[in-house]
Amino acid sequence: MAIIAKDGYVDNVRDRVENFHGNQLVYVGWDDHLLFSAAWAFPLPPEMPFQGLVSEVMPGSFNDHPDFEKIDWTSVEWVLDGKSFLPDMDKSLKDNGVGHKSLIRFKTPGLMGVNGTRL
Amino acid sequence: MPAKKLNLRKRYELLTRGMGWETTYQKMDDVFPYDSFEGIKITDWDKWEDPFRLTMDSYWKFQAEKEKKLYAVIDSFAQNNGQTNLACASYLSAIKLFITGVTPLEYGAHRGFAHLGRHFRGDGARIACQMQAIDELRHAQTQVHTISHYNKHFSGLHDPFHQFDRVWYLSVPKSFIEDAMSSGPFEFITSISFAFEYVLTNLLFVPFMSGAAYNGDMATVTFGFSAQSDESRHMTLGLEIIKFMLEQHEDNLPIIQRWMDKHFWRAYRLLGLVAAMQDYMLTNSPMSWKEAWEVYFVENGGALFEDLSRYGLKMPKYHELATAEADHISHQIWSVFCSLGNATGFHTFLPTEEKMAWLSEKYPDTFDKYYRPRFEYWAEQKKAGTFEYQKGLPQLCQVCQIPMVFTEVQTDPMQISYRVTEHGGDKYHFCSDGCKDIFEHEPEKYVQAWLPVHQIYQGNCGGPTLPEVLDWYKFKPEDSGDYIGSKDYHRWQEWKGADKKVKQA
Ligand SMILES: [Fe+2]
Ligand SMILES: [Fe+2]
Ligand SMILES: [Zn+2]
Repeated sequence: MAIIAKDGYVDNVRDRVENFHGNQLVYVGWDDHLLFSAAWAFPLPPEMPFQGLVSEVMPGSFNDHPDFEKIDWTSVEWVLDGKSFLPDMDKSLKDNGVGHKSLIRFKTPGLMGVNGTRL
Repeated sequence: MPAKKLNLRKRYELLTRGMGWETTYQKMDDVFPYDSFEGIKITDWDKWEDPFRLTMDSYWKFQAEKEKKLYAVIDSFAQNNGQTNLACASYLSAIKLFITGVTPLEYGAHRGFAHLGRHFRGDGARIACQMQAIDELRHAQTQVHTISHYNKHFSGLHDPFHQFDRVWYLSVPKSFIEDAMSSGPFEFITSISFAFEYVLTNLLFVPFMSGAAYNGDMATVTFGFSAQSDESRHMTLGLEIIKFMLEQHEDNLPIIQRWMDKHFWRAYRLLGLVAAMQDYMLTNSPMSWKEAWEVYFVENGGALFEDLSRYGLKMPKYHELATAEADHISHQIWSVFCSLGNATGFHTFLPTEEKMAWLSEKYPDTFDKYYRPRFEYWAEQKKAGTFEYQKGLPQLCQVCQIPMVFTEVQTDPMQISYRVTEHGGDKYHFCSDGCKDIFEHEPEKYVQAWLPVHQIYQGNCGGPTLPEVLDWYKFKPEDSGDYIGSKDYHRWQEWKGADKKVKQA
């Protein structure tokens, strides 16, 4: 459907990946941990190993939560853009199929938030 | 020979309809280039009825009287230090959100109606829009004048228009009004006059104006009253234009229904900020968001659409979801503000025991079960001195631009509602089917959205660190953070005496 607006909208995709100085945007949300009201957005190099996301990026935003240090990373269930997947920790985000504006969700079985409240 | 005194109807006809003419040197389509591309078919502009039959000369007289009264009250408010009569200085968070988030909307509405006042082909509709353009400018101006008194004493009120264009949560109202302003004139008026002013305005008016009255803010009450008679004229215009379009041509119905669906959802999402204000920022809340929603949308809105059903117009899409969400959104939005309170231009504060008891009573199905635990958890942390604001920038909805905090209230209220679509090889994320539908109808418009979080990462917001961004927003250090211990708090304690029990303490 063509755009119906009085001022001519030109072709301007404001968040195209080229605008992020070599990074791509990645969203990460922790299911059943709603103390974090929303998923976090990170600008990350596509070449970053998935392990880097887990051990360098995520702690900065998630480790305030008492559950974070209890996570058994081998049992984490990952969902990438709506499909469950098993990341290869040594491979890059890109090679794991994580693209620009991908949403990564993770579930931590056994850890259901503060006092099991899913917070 | 003295001219005979004309009756109202005759005067109105001469002073409005009599002022327009069929152009001959230029084609009418060139003179009015904007009123046909949306596909709305108007066969006879003379069928337009102005229920107020207000002429410009009486409009000026009427407005001037109101101005005089308003400014007399503002003067005496200042002279009598009216700010000391507030229930609590923390109440001003609501006013800070109002001046930064709502007053610029009034100004946007002014610009939009000024455009319509030039570009509608029918002279009756043009004059009505010209008056509304002046009203909206007056609203913006009187709000600035009234609230500037608080600016002398409190933080966070100094740069509303600068902030409106930049701040992460103010992109919510900004994108709302700019969506309408960049549309054609018929969509603009459907959005602002009908979806917003007719269907939803009481949900804004009640919390702010009666909220102000409940909290000793006579300044806000006064400009509210001064605007009220304008608003009833605006609401009538909204209803009139909808009926007019529907009566003019049957092809107009599906277009109007889609606009109704879209702008209802956009305006409703925007009002989520008002919901948080109403339930949490007000020291004394006259009614809960849920109660207001039941009365003003479910009952009154229901009756309105019942009435409009004879034209074939249906209730806006996803209204059932909005009603189901009434139990949740104020808590969800206040939670995100509290967790990112070092980046807000107003003070946040956790609900007191008293407030939580009120919330439990007003939200018996949801507050204790889903929301009390997080506030109690944070309260414990604050007591222990371990509370920290969260470190990160949230994912935003591409359309409403609110952080993606809304949940699947109909199936699992603790599960965030994630929606996504692809366009031009890129992914776009949404908080709801309502926002997703809006995008999918006009993706070329919304791929251009200026999402604050993404703009920070693109390097367009003053720098990569939080202090740099806040500085670029013109937030001063004393504007943000917890109310307790803030400059506002200390000033209030000084005025009220430390021994007097201050509500939020
Ligand atoms: Fe207004
Ligand atoms: Fe208005
Ligand atoms: Zn949305």
